[in-house]
Amino acid sequence: MSEASTEQLKRTPLYESHVKMGGKLVAFAGYEMPVQFEGVMAEHIWTRTQAGLFDVSHMGPCFLTLEAGIGGGDDAHAEISALIETLVPSDITSLKPGQARLTVLLNDDGGILDDLIITRPLGDAAQGTLYIVVNGAMKEQDWAIFEKALAGKAILTRADDRILFALQGPKAVDVMADFFPGCEALTFMQHMPFEVNGQRCIVSRCGYTGEDGFEVLIPAEAGLPLIEEMYTDERVKPIGLGARDSLRLEAGLCLYGHDLNPEISPIEADLAWVIQKRRREAGNFPGADRILRELKDGPAKKRVGIRPLERAPAREGAEIQVNGETIGVVTSGGFGPTYDAPVAMGYVTAAHAAPGTKIDLIVRGKARPAEVAALPFVPQNYKR
Amino acid sequence: MTTYYTKDHEWVRVEGDTGTVGITTYAAGQLGDVVYVELPEAGASLAKGDGFAVVESVKAASDVYAPISGAVLESNTGLADAPEKVSEAAETDAWFVRIKIADTSELDGLMDLAAYTAYCEGL
Repeated sequence: MSEASTEQLKRTPLYESHVKMGGKLVAFAGYEMPVQFEGVMAEHIWTRTQAGLFDVSHMGPCFLTLEAGIGGGDDAHAEISALIETLVPSDITSLKPGQARLTVLLNDDGGILDDLIITRPLGDAAQGTLYIVVNGAMKEQDWAIFEKALAGKAILTRADDRILFALQGPKAVDVMADFFPGCEALTFMQHMPFEVNGQRCIVSRCGYTGEDGFEVLIPAEAGLPLIEEMYTDERVKPIGLGARDSLRLEAGLCLYGHDLNPEISPIEADLAWVIQKRRREAGNFPGADRILRELKDGPAKKRVGIRPLERAPAREGAEIQVNGETIGVVTSGGFGPTYDAPVAMGYVTAAHAAPGTKIDLIVRGKARPAEVAALPFVPQNYKR
Repeated sequence: MTTYYTKDHEWVRVEGDTGTVGITTYAAGQLGDVVYVELPEAGASLAKGDGFAVVESVKAASDVYAPISGAVLESNTGLADAPEKVSEAAETDAWFVRIKIADTSELDGLMDLAAYTAYCEGL
């Protein structure tokens, strides 16, 4: 998860807070980020039982707004949606006000350039803009793509100078309701705007842990004291990138650059559900030929959950074999603290993708028994 | 009975020509929660400096290097079912292997407790 870099690492507005809270900092996506505080295992379990606070300010929150500006209700939303729909295969037009959707940015071969969440704002007066959050490591690429494709039609406003934090876990809603009264009425993938000390922020009910929870985009000036106060609540603890990774893996969620990359299509990635009916029928998105063909005939390989049957974890890069023949590769692997056993994800040929299929994982040169498993490993606990 | 330490944070406790090998409390603290330990079987031969065991935390796998050459007499099979012992008792119950030391002169290059403690403080 860490990476060596000679260039100057950036810091999020919460850097001093991480140091104060005892975070162990590593280089990640060009930022100095906390990989752990008290320990990955304890932080993971805390998030599944209490409320874990994650700094995700390294990610790429942004707004994409019609050149003509906002206002204009449904027509303006249809116009900005048509623009972004040239780059992604999801139905953005049909989003209800306040609703968000996971999608993927595609290249012309139907490969995934990033995964991202697109949100339609609430209220007629705000239509004509989309709130988009892309991955931190991919934001420069994604934003360059947006600007090039939509030049003269839409304006990109970066918001990655603000704090973006997540509060995740079964106690998150009670804590959030103290700070953002009314947010408890949101359901999964809905958002609402708030003002904190006169500063606009966006509260979304979503996350990357499989638990109920929220993500908040808030200017640093308003966010720093708010988070400091949140930490005084005994239900809230800071959580590092280590537990973020084990939580999302148990929840069966993809990590870009590992489980998704520019060669892999959304159908291979088992993300066909991000392509709604209207878009499939129209087939008007990058790489539609390949994607529609894979939808019809099935992909040659498929992302699956993998359950090692012994105690040894299998890590990213481990070869997957059946009868000594290579049929795939592990793309994420480790130990699931809640599942209390090793867990992994990877790609296998379609013939071996059914849950229960016996496979071997090559770990340190030795074949170890495993089986294809249904995802997620731990039930998702979203507020529907 | 004397205990020696390596820069890679292994320890070896020597009694006659037998050595008990493990990783230090400092190393265990750096690794975090240990979820799996892979050890060689009795009879395996270790060469000083070679990776002979693997410790896995939630996040990553780390090699453990032989502080000294020798033949494995016994490995701590109890760690298979209780890898968390490494986090709790790295320098006592959670020993990795006992070996028959091939050449006691290899111990000369290792650190004693005082030197190792000073070494860790400098990290």
